[in-house]
Formats: sequence, structure tokens, C-alpha cells
Amino acid sequence: MNSVILRVGTRFLVGLLLIFSIHMLLRGHNEPGGGFIGGLIGAIGFILYAIACGTEDARAALRTAPERIAMAGLGVALLAGVLAAFFGDPLFTGQWYFIGDQKSGDYIPISTVLVFDIGVYLVVFGSILSLVFALEEAI
Amino acid sequence: MTSGEFLSLSVELTLGMVIISVALAFFRLFRGPSLPDRVVALDMMTVAIVAFCGAAAVLYEQVAFLDVGLVLALVGFLATAALARYAERRRLRKEEEKEQP
Repeated sequence: MNSVILRVGTRFLVGLLLIFSIHMLLRGHNEPGGGFIGGLIGAIGFILYAIACGTEDARAALRTAPERIAMAGLGVALLAGVLAAFFGDPLFTGQWYFIGDQKSGDYIPISTVLVFDIGVYLVVFGSILSLVFALEEAI
Repeated sequence: MTSGEFLSLSVELTLGMVIISVALAFFRLFRGPSLPDRVVALDMMTVAIVAFCGAAAVLYEQVAFLDVGLVLALVGFLATAALARYAERRRLRKEEEKEQP
């Protein structure tokens, strides 16, 4: 589709969608959000770009094949699950680590749950994009 | 009438009117003789439901409804763009078919 309005509008919307997808990813676990919805919103940004500017440009903007992103995400999620085995817990048990003083409440919790969510994000992002790009190129 | 009562009355009126507009858009979606009519009706339904989410966020004091509205607005834009391109391609295909035989 060759529309200047859509192309200029998309340029603003893609950045907005990607920032919002990261926001959704990091906000998950305690509030609505998480890896799955974040990955979907991020994928929508690139789908919009593919519709406005063509699949080739979208693939160039992604820099790497979407299949590779999905595979990397699967690896990250598996790593986060297997990590629990090293602490003597069953597989895929969340491991928590707190930076700072826990008693005063002034601490930053870091968990393997977030790493797993990032893996889910990458899997959803990559697989949806590889599906849509394949469909776009087939038509 | 206190300000709280006035707010809840306004929100309830808003919800009622939004529901009417969704029903009208659905009628156009059902009847719409051509594809562009249906696409515009779907787009209007999306916008009305975004407004509904905003009003529901005020009524139930739930911030999560605003996220629903935001995502719906972004996805609705994508749906409209994709359907517009589908309509364009369908027209091109029809023209090709006319030329060939």
C-alpha cells in the first residue's frame, strides 16, 4: 500500500507500540501484563510497519530473522526454568534474589520469573512475526 | 446533587449512549451492502468500545480498563489498515479478471 499518511503515522506508532510492549512486559507478574501480551503488542508494531512499508523493509528493520528471535526466546525461557535445578528445587520453580536491605523494605527483587517472561516475549514476538511475514509474502 | 452523584449519572448516561452507538454500528456491519461499509462499521465499533473502556474505568475505579482501551485503539488501527489493503487488493484482482477473458 502506497500511502504517505499511513507511512508517516506508522513511523510514530511503531516506536510507541514497542515502548508500550516493553512496559507491558516489565509490569507483568504484579499487574496486568506479561510476556505474552507484550510480545503480541511488539509484533503488532512490526506488522504495521510491514503493511505500510513492505515486508522487505520490515525484515531489514528487524535485522535478524524472526525465527531466530523465537528460538533465542525458547532458549532463554528454558535457561530460566533449568536454573531452579541448581538450587535444589523442582524445575521451573521461581528463584528470587533481593538486592539491598530486605528488613527496611528498601530492596529490588530480581527473579527468574522475569527471565522466563522475557523468553516468552521473544518466542511470541518471533513466531507471530514469522507467521505474518510468510503470509504477507505469499499473497 | 453532589459531585459524586453527578459523575456516576454522567458515566451511566455515557455507557448507555455508547451501547446505542455500538448497536447502530453493528446494524451497519450486518446490513452493509459493500465491504468498505463493514470496515467503517467495525472501526466505529472499536472506537465506541474504547470510549466504553474509559467510562468503565471511571465507574469501577479500575485502572486496568485504560490499558484495555489503549491496546484496543492500537489494534483497531492495525485492523483498519489491514482491511483497507484487503479491499484494495480485491479490487485489483477483480480488474485483472475482467481484462483476462
